[in-house]
Amino acid sequence: MTAELGHFALILALVLALVQAIVPLVGASTGRPAWMALARPAARGQFLFIAIAFACLTRAFIDNDFSVLYVAEHSNSLLPVVYRVTAVWGGHEGSILLWALILALWTVAVSLFSRHLPEPMVARIIGIMGLISVGFLLFTLFTSNPFERMLPGAVEGKDLNPLLQDPGMVIHPPMLYMGYVGSTVAFAFALSALISGRLDAAWARWSRPWVTTAWCFLTVGIALGSGWAYYELGWGGWWFWDPVENASFMPWLAGTALMHSLAVTEKRGGFKMWTALLAIIAFSLSLLGTFLVRSGVLSSVHAFATDPARGVFILGFLVVVIGGSLALFAWRAPSVGTGGSFEMVSRESALLANNVLLLVATAAVLLGTLYPLLIDALGMGKLSVGPPYFEAVFVPLMAPALFLMGIGPITRWKQANAIDIARRLRWAGGVSFVSAIVAPLLLGHWTPMVGFGVLLAAWIVTTAATNLIGRLREHPAPTLRAKLAAQPGSYYGMLLAHCGMAVFIIGVTLVKGYETEKDLRMEVGDTATIAGYTFRLDAIRERAGPNYNAAQGTLTVTRDGQPVTVMHPEKRLYTATKTPMTEAAIDTGFTRDLYASLGEPVSRTAWSVRIHHKPFIDWIWFGCLLMALGGLMAVLDRRYRSVRSTAPQPAQPAQAASSASSAPASGTPALVVRTSTRVP
Amino acid sequence: MRRPSYQPARFAAFARGLVLALVWVPVLLGSAAATAKEAADAATNPALEARVMAVSEELRCLVCQNQTIADSHADLAVDLRNQIRTKLQAGESEREIKAYMVERYGDFVLYRPPLKATTVLLWVGPFALLALAAFALWRTIRQRAQRLAAAAPSDAELARARRLLKPDPAGHSDR
Amino acid sequence: MKRFLPVIVFAVLVAFLAIGLKLDPREVPSPLVNKAAPAFKLPLLAQPEAMLTPADLRGKVWLLNVWASWCVSCRVEHPLLVELAKTGTVPIYGLNYKDKRDDAMQWLRERGDPYLQSISDADGRVGIDYGVYGVPETFVIDREGVIRYKQIGPLTPEALRDTILPLVRKLGA
Repeated sequence: MTAELGHFALILALVLALVQAIVPLVGASTGRPAWMALARPAARGQFLFIAIAFACLTRAFIDNDFSVLYVAEHSNSLLPVVYRVTAVWGGHEGSILLWALILALWTVAVSLFSRHLPEPMVARIIGIMGLISVGFLLFTLFTSNPFERMLPGAVEGKDLNPLLQDPGMVIHPPMLYMGYVGSTVAFAFALSALISGRLDAAWARWSRPWVTTAWCFLTVGIALGSGWAYYELGWGGWWFWDPVENASFMPWLAGTALMHSLAVTEKRGGFKMWTALLAIIAFSLSLLGTFLVRSGVLSSVHAFATDPARGVFILGFLVVVIGGSLALFAWRAPSVGTGGSFEMVSRESALLANNVLLLVATAAVLLGTLYPLLIDALGMGKLSVGPPYFEAVFVPLMAPALFLMGIGPITRWKQANAIDIARRLRWAGGVSFVSAIVAPLLLGHWTPMVGFGVLLAAWIVTTAATNLIGRLREHPAPTLRAKLAAQPGSYYGMLLAHCGMAVFIIGVTLVKGYETEKDLRMEVGDTATIAGYTFRLDAIRERAGPNYNAAQGTLTVTRDGQPVTVMHPEKRLYTATKTPMTEAAIDTGFTRDLYASLGEPVSRTAWSVRIHHKPFIDWIWFGCLLMALGGLMAVLDRRYRSVRSTAPQPAQPAQAASSASSAPASGTPALVVRTSTRVP
Repeated sequence: MRRPSYQPARFAAFARGLVLALVWVPVLLGSAAATAKEAADAATNPALEARVMAVSEELRCLVCQNQTIADSHADLAVDLRNQIRTKLQAGESEREIKAYMVERYGDFVLYRPPLKATTVLLWVGPFALLALAAFALWRTIRQRAQRLAAAAPSDAELARARRLLKPDPAGHSDR
Repeated sequence: MKRFLPVIVFAVLVAFLAIGLKLDPREVPSPLVNKAAPAFKLPLLAQPEAMLTPADLRGKVWLLNVWASWCVSCRVEHPLLVELAKTGTVPIYGLNYKDKRDDAMQWLRERGDPYLQSISDADGRVGIDYGVYGVPETFVIDREGVIRYKQIGPLTPEALRDTILPLVRKLGA
């Protein structure tokens, strides 16, 4: 019964999504307030029913209802309850339902936090998001129904892939989807503006917190995926440039470009068309990722087991949505104004250079990911494009962008002086250069890669410090505390996010430059030393888990005779699927990780054991966390909160398809002052 | 220690256990002392092994879903790693080994696509695109500045605007 | 006209993705087609003292079928091979890949032996030389010892009827 209930709830959600998609959009174009007013309730209704459907599916998993085909394929009665719940999104059908749920959630969020926006705009935004929802619900109901029954029901389920039976699976997909799906909001904002013709600084200001929030989630989602691969897959790697990884990275790069471009559009009213196009591109990459992962066109460890028929549907959906929005863009392009002018050396130029670099990097990743398909489709053979290519191409493309991170924030809007900038940054440059020489030597040996990485990271941090100090100095407030308090949250957010990038670069550079590993055969009592840490294998014993049997090793680690930790790497054999799995033991530290994994028994008494020393590896994910926190700080900036606290503007029914005006229509005078063109 | 099933044998069992313990304990300790040694490297030649891994990391495991030969546990991957080891020991270079693999499996087996006519777009494309985009950006900025300068109000228009914007001496200003 | 660039790029992308839906990204065509069959010298499965090399088979068109007793898909294609052997159209030789002799012999006893001879490639080295990456695979080799076709995966009636037998006829004639 539960499955049928869930199925029915999905159908109701589809009906509501259709209402949400069609009625407000028509209402906005024809000026009918009652129709536009239907947007919010329809969105909330749709969310309610998808939530019910999702709850029904979760119930089916918890209850071990193996007459539901999807449950039988991805669960097992021995599976711990928490993983039965995460198994809901462990396969294609459930993860698409999760997509739809999160999309509905974002739509509800838009419906709640949009009191300050003009009604037609809100109606259009929710309407466009409704169109996307309709697409996904149709896809679910017609090709990927998680509630399909198998009769007679299976006696036992096939079990969730052991690699997915992990806390990482609990949080990584939801976070990632929050980011992916969040780009729909920016897309809807852009399309709404293109349709109405009101593509202006106000639109940019309203879009920005949505773009940044989605970006934060995506940053966290990707970082979680990378961290999970590191500790789960057992070989110590954290990024493989796998097509599915790239599918999440490209929206992130485009989203970063979009955030920076919105800064120009908001502050200076410039490059509106470019920003709108970027919003469309970011969302398109997100949809493209969905296609690549589920259609079988690319080979990946992450790919869902699926068939080309589904691929055809998604491709069709892509054509309608992306093709439609790009066509709309092409149609509207000439009718939008230009915005202010600026010099070749100015903050606008720096931000646009940032955009160019990020977009070219995105294009490079896309090219590398799709190239094997391209060559095969042209009948020119089979190729593989892997990490050696991406690293060779991506790093040189991003390096200038990282360098610009130091220059952009210090450059004035509209017109700046290159000599002046160079003068202000000479201290930062000097310190960076010296650090690049000295730091690697202190850590071991000097290599060009490590030197370059340290140079970039030090540059980012020292220029950020220079920026902060200069800005505080110039501020008229009397005390340091007052000066600090006077800076907007978005400014600190920017500094924090940029420094987070520096931390990330340090992590990547130092672990690649200085990690060491040893591949050993160990008997009980044997010791091995790596980077000053001594590992002693004390025991290997059998351990029974809830749905697996394991051989567990006990490794005592000491350094200079002082105990450091005890590690328990495991080699598991899952009962249901008879799959072996390595569960590595990791001792996390601020300046290093110790990583130990158990291989195979090589004799009656000896096992193969691998131990790694990975310096600064956690800085990789810590840096990502800082970036996300920086984004969060920017979103919580006062200026967005004061917007919400002002009285909502009265609905203006005649305003339906009015043409652009640059002045923010719903802002208060206080807002106008805040967004003046002073150097932030 | 099995518990004795009848009383009289209890002492005998205990004595047996004690003797055994006294014999075994030194054996255990002794064995611990005898085997508490530096663990041997899994490979007989770690330096060679490192080279095998370096080459393997550039090659694709054909039976896996996107993994290198270095990371994969598949039979074919193990076989290929062994082949690589043998060849390195025989003195072959990385290039020769890659050529050997490509001869049998095609370019598909290389994770670093070789530079040939079909991959020029791949290798050169991003940088060409960067040059193109940078040029386009530069030109757009210049053109925009020129266009706006041309559309800028003339001095006469500016003077007129200033006059209109000055507050009315009679106080009828509407700002 | 710049404004139409994004739609055009997207259209090209979609075209490639659509073609991609019909392709298999994991199928690896053999670079050895139209090249000389790699030399080997392997013991016969039935009589390990005797050896076989491709040179011994010069002058005739033959099939080399890679099989193993542990291979599940081989059981699917095996009846086809037995049938083909009965017709005597083309000699079939087996490459017993990474298998144990006893298991292999037992398997043939149970299911029939279509092979004129089977050779043992116990460590898989010859398989690597032939670019074998999965089992089963089948090679069509001509009179001069040049590989003319490789069937990846089990033989199907369609593959035999439409590709392999016509090719054999063409090479044989």
